[in-house]
Amino acid sequence: MKKINFVLVAFAIIGFLQSCGGNPDSQEKTTVPPVTETPKASPNGIGEVETVTLTDPMEESMIVSGKAIYEMKCAACHKLTDQRVVGPGWAGVTNRRRPEWVMNMITNVDVMLEKDPVAQKLLEECLTRMPNQAVSVGDARAILEFMRKNDMETIGEKDGATK
Amino acid sequence: MKKIIFNPIILSLTLAVLFANCGQRKNVGSVVEGNAAEQAYVAPGEYDEFYAFMSGGFSGQITAYGLPSGRLLREIPVFSMYPENGFGYSEETKGFFQTSYGVVPWDDSHHIELSQTDGEFDGRWLFVNGNNTPRIARIDLTTFETVEILEIPDVAGLHCAPFVTENSEYLVSGTRFSVPIPQKDVSISSFKENFKGLINYVSIDQKSGEMNLAFQISVPGFNYDLARNGKGKSHGWSFLTTYNSEQAYTLLEVNASQKDKDLLAIVNWKKAEEYLKAGKGKERKTSYYHNFMDEATGIVTPEEKTSTTILDPKDCPGMIYFIPVPKSPHGCDVDPTGEYIVGNGKLSADMSIYSFDKLMAAIESKNFAGDIDGIPILNYEAGIYGILQKPGLGPLHTEFDGKGNAYTTFFISSEVVKWNVEKLEILDRQSTFYSPGHLVIPGGETRKPYGKYLVAMNKITKDRYLPTGPELAHSAQLFDISGDKMKLILDFPTKGEPHYAQSIPASKIQPNSKKFYPIEKNTHPYAAKGEGQAKVVREGNVVHVYMTTIRSHLAPDNIEGFKVGDEVYFHVTNLEQDWDVPHGFAMQGANNAELLVMPGQTRTLKWEPKKVGVFAYYCTDFCSALHQEMSGYARVSPRNSDVKLVWGLNNENQDEETLREMLKKKSK
Repeated sequence: MKKINFVLVAFAIIGFLQSCGGNPDSQEKTTVPPVTETPKASPNGIGEVETVTLTDPMEESMIVSGKAIYEMKCAACHKLTDQRVVGPGWAGVTNRRRPEWVMNMITNVDVMLEKDPVAQKLLEECLTRMPNQAVSVGDARAILEFMRKNDMETIGEKDGATK
Repeated sequence: MKKIIFNPIILSLTLAVLFANCGQRKNVGSVVEGNAAEQAYVAPGEYDEFYAFMSGGFSGQITAYGLPSGRLLREIPVFSMYPENGFGYSEETKGFFQTSYGVVPWDDSHHIELSQTDGEFDGRWLFVNGNNTPRIARIDLTTFETVEILEIPDVAGLHCAPFVTENSEYLVSGTRFSVPIPQKDVSISSFKENFKGLINYVSIDQKSGEMNLAFQISVPGFNYDLARNGKGKSHGWSFLTTYNSEQAYTLLEVNASQKDKDLLAIVNWKKAEEYLKAGKGKERKTSYYHNFMDEATGIVTPEEKTSTTILDPKDCPGMIYFIPVPKSPHGCDVDPTGEYIVGNGKLSADMSIYSFDKLMAAIESKNFAGDIDGIPILNYEAGIYGILQKPGLGPLHTEFDGKGNAYTTFFISSEVVKWNVEKLEILDRQSTFYSPGHLVIPGGETRKPYGKYLVAMNKITKDRYLPTGPELAHSAQLFDISGDKMKLILDFPTKGEPHYAQSIPASKIQPNSKKFYPIEKNTHPYAAKGEGQAKVVREGNVVHVYMTTIRSHLAPDNIEGFKVGDEVYFHVTNLEQDWDVPHGFAMQGANNAELLVMPGQTRTLKWEPKKVGVFAYYCTDFCSALHQEMSGYARVSPRNSDVKLVWGLNNENQDEETLREMLKKKSK
């Protein structure tokens, strides 16, 4: 009970603070999300990415550029292990989330945090809104490929969420 | 004759002073009509229709307001150091303040000029002059940041600046105070013999916006006050007013107002270009600074220039003329057609309106009354279109509405007067509170004014607002000019002393406004483009900290191994790539300022630790719910200490040895 209250308060604070600034399109209606009501979740998340075709073997060139973007724009908050720092560690992410969800989270983060129940649950855990890092859909696809590679290296298994 | 003109002016000046001192409030209720509030009201969440950029006068800066709401949108630091965001304090922006006099951390910004294409505002750049230590600055309107400052050599009090030509070919300026050129140790009483003026032409690169002092024209030692360039048919010509053609050098208040008329300089700059190409210019050794910011690094590199090209009217016939203009004019303004040039003779009872066609005919027929230093003086009557009789007292500045009307501020009689240019007929007059200097109409000095609003920038505030002690904010007043009569709809306080403003439809700026700096394009030599690149490097007693920021931590946030006597540079890169997420950086005891780092940017703060201990640093701009947690510690050891340099985040400290090991592993 204590924990729920804390989360509620934290949400209220975040909601209040975020409504002061940021992207007006996505945040103008930010209020305290009702914890009990769970909107129907789409495993693909919300955004322009509707289907992703995964290839095997993986695309080496995308892994290289995905890694570079990761190091510049993502590594400050996401480790490649399963350790959560600011955001969740990436190890095994493609086994937990569908590729469409991952890419929508990267490219449409403000809407995802407002409407997607899985993203909202992560915000409850991490308490820091994932920033919009101005990543194009093409670059998000490269990051996804790098995540798949990372999953093979850390967990030994990838794409579990699509199976 | 002279006496007759002089006396009423003295009388009215006395009255104005009396009025200003008596503190009697005018009846504001009778001035503001019914739905004024509605007209100036911009609902929460709605946008203003226009941007208005006001110079800051003694603040040295520019402020951007929204019209009609009068909302202050932003102050843009230009000529004055600005600890609020580190402008002039950060290592990158220090270079802006370099001049041939050394570092000059302040100036007096006067006249705003928006860049033009085909005689219309195009929303690319904003220019403003520094009056005191002559300089011109350029602001990029995609970022609202100062990106370049160019010093103008051998002039003093660059008041008459920076007036743009209709395709932004040049910025024209003139010296307000004539001085010995080159500077030398002479008696001030040798003014007539030794003191000279210069009219300066700064060219603008149409792609990059970069300014370059193209040439200077040597002119008699008068006071060059304000200017405008021709438009349409008069494109290719500049018009500059002078006062103190008496060449007085003491008690100018009296001694520079002796003559009935001063002179309007008329420059054919296309002819000047031809003479320049033909090699008529003479190189002269001088010194001035050009401080340009590289877009990709954000670093300003001051560069000293040592030569200027002078065009002497004696070698260049047909390049420049004078024509008399009534008494101590404060500028001249060219109407949207380019045909009429309004002389604002501030100590004259009437206003003289010149005709461009008649000026050209007078030049053609050599209708001259004599010459000064080889510069022909046209006969006053030959160039005059007509006289606007007794419009008010102390005309200062005129702009246009595009419907054939002109609007002039009158300082002494404290009013704005609307008059028809061709008919020379007064249509309306409205009081201002009190004593306006310049006014601005959106697009009011271009070929296509937008009309609709007029802002009078008043010099005296007195009882207009709640008192704030002896010093009061200057007041601006917004008039609706869409109808036959001008209607006062809003008062708002301003910053510094806006000497002039220009206003442009928001639609010309808003779509191009940058939201962040793409980090991929950041080529700052000390950028850490990713947290993995955060590190600390010692080079003797110089220590470079490559630091990154993202909501909500600084990396590294623990640094040990600083020593008393070190020269530490915090190079802070903001890794965010979203709108409106700057991070701040403040170091306890730093003897300069803070940094505000925009998303994708790198900014550097110098810190020279003087005491042993552990000192905190933190983010100053509330960035997220965990902003308070965005902080770090720097440990400072004695000068001769052997504490190893280590740094890190989340107890993952790295030092030089560990780093070398990591690099070895990577290269394998």
